[in-house]
Amino acid sequence: MLILNCPYCGRDVDETDLHAGGEAHLKRFGPGSSDDEFEHYLFMRENPKGVHFERWRHVYGCGKWFLAARNTATLQVYGTYSAQTTEPPQHILDAIKEAQA
Amino acid sequence: MDTSAKRSLLKRYSAFAVAREAFRQHTGWTRAWGQAEPKSQYDVIVVGAGGHGLATAYYLGKNFGITNVAVLEKGWLGGGNTGRNTTIIRSNYLQDPSAAIYEKSRSLYETMSQDLNYNVMFSPRGVMMLAQTQHEIRGYQRTAHANSLQGVTTEWISPERVKELCPIMNIDGPRYPVLGALWQARGGTARHDAVAWGYARACADMGMDIIQQCEVTGVQTNGGKVTGVSTTRGDIKCNKLAMVVAGHASVLAQKAGFQLPIESVALQALVSEPIKPCMDVVVMANTVHGYLSQSDKGEMVIGGGTDGYNNYTQRGSFHHIEETVRALVETFPILGRLKMLRQWGGIVDVTGDRSPILSATPVEGVFVNCGWGTGGFKAIPGSGWAMAELVAKGHSPLTEEFTMHRFRHGKFIDESVAAGVAH
Ligand SMILES: Cc1cc2nc3c(=O)[nH]c(=O)nc-3n(C[C@H](O)[C@H](O)[C@H](O)COP(=O)(O)OP(=O)(O)OC[C@H]3O[C@@H](n4cnc5c(N)ncnc54)[C@H](O)[C@@H]3O)c2cc1C
Ligand SMILES: [Zn+2]
Repeated sequence: MLILNCPYCGRDVDETDLHAGGEAHLKRFGPGSSDDEFEHYLFMRENPKGVHFERWRHVYGCGKWFLAARNTATLQVYGTYSAQTTEPPQHILDAIKEAQA
Repeated sequence: MDTSAKRSLLKRYSAFAVAREAFRQHTGWTRAWGQAEPKSQYDVIVVGAGGHGLATAYYLGKNFGITNVAVLEKGWLGGGNTGRNTTIIRSNYLQDPSAAIYEKSRSLYETMSQDLNYNVMFSPRGVMMLAQTQHEIRGYQRTAHANSLQGVTTEWISPERVKELCPIMNIDGPRYPVLGALWQARGGTARHDAVAWGYARACADMGMDIIQQCEVTGVQTNGGKVTGVSTTRGDIKCNKLAMVVAGHASVLAQKAGFQLPIESVALQALVSEPIKPCMDVVVMANTVHGYLSQSDKGEMVIGGGTDGYNNYTQRGSFHHIEETVRALVETFPILGRLKMLRQWGGIVDVTGDRSPILSATPVEGVFVNCGWGTGGFKAIPGSGWAMAELVAKGHSPLTEEFTMHRFRHGKFIDESVAAGVAH
């Protein structure tokens, strides 16, 4: 069972209480953007074999979206963090570096 | 007669060959395919020795006479999703481009054993997709109408007919009564390993190299055109490159410098202990997220839905299996008494519209075939047929709508409604 810590509730949550929301830190594009930008924003995905930054929602809990850094090749979780970020925070990047050292 | 043709004749499997070998302690059987060493150059390199990669190579040789071909496989032949799936074959999709390629594929399955001289055990036992909500009744009736316009033989059948075809089913509910089903009488199953092995043997027979334990680690280009690949067994040159690696499509595309609209997730299946024959059709139940058939060995073969998150580990979450089995036990009470023997997972490549990608790419000479997701076993021969044409001629009527750029133009081939769990 995949277990993630909800940064809002501060609790370890089973995946059955969560909903996966796909790749995180996508840059949004709106009216006036090019076809290329829309295509990348809406459909193209990195889908890495390795470190993946991703969105999760604590559906059967506080209901809030949060982000996680997880390894898709090992299922190791490096940490979770607030969804109000445009890029992974330093402590998450440090945790990844440490785990890979 | 040239020597290779003579060799093929001698190697042919037949009742006579079985009898001949019986008289000499089976000492005369030869290897079905050889251990090839990579050459320095090929006309076409196919990456991935799953069903789709091998079928692509086979039809390149058979339909276009292109036999200077290598199939490179990082693991073992058929060890990806081709050897991990629940083998359901059907062509009752909704959209016209899907009907064209899936029905081409289903019809090729009918004659595959004869064509390959290899018994793939195609068993057109019939596939039914249960309607257990009003919404599904409307959905499947719509599909049945679409299929009749497409020339795909399917029909809408009553709950009584469902019970007649599959007596072990409880059609009365309580939670999910069976309200009818979409029935494709010429759908069914085949032996998954045999499909891969049969194509591999036929490819080797045409002089192609099937090279296992050879991972493609890079794609070499010159002026935007492919020139070769780097592999764990050295660099190999090629004029054209076909990437047919399912769950690893994004990883390989990235090495060639482009992205795909694909996410890789785990899909699981399980089988029970073998029991006496009790069910001679395939049943799929989308509302309760499960499907079921009985293998020739007597095992009940069960599959469910995918995990929600990106994953490359070939194992999924236990709660999915629990949900699948819990739901199926209600419709098939007989399952409640069975022990489960094995469970496994595969990494499937899912697109936004649940339809595959067979396409040229931003790199000249590189073609991709991926995105078959949870339902590409049924498509192996049709996909190989179409992909070979695409690689050989640069275009194919069967692949036209399946380009990787369709998302950009909003030209989705939406099968997500018709194929929620359905494989
Ligand atoms: C549990 C499960 C049940 C399923 N049930 C059904 C079903 O009932 N009906 C149905 O139609 N479909 C079903 N499917 C889907 C079906 O299995 C797949 O769509 C199909 O087998 C894909 O075939 P393929 O040849 O494209 O991929 P694969 O068989 O996965 O082959 C791809 C190959 O590429 C190799 N590869 C990857 N990267 C590299 C590299 N860099 N270099 C060299 N080689 C590489 C891999 O090792 C692999 O062998 C199911 C899938 C799963 C997992
Ligand atoms: Zn929470």
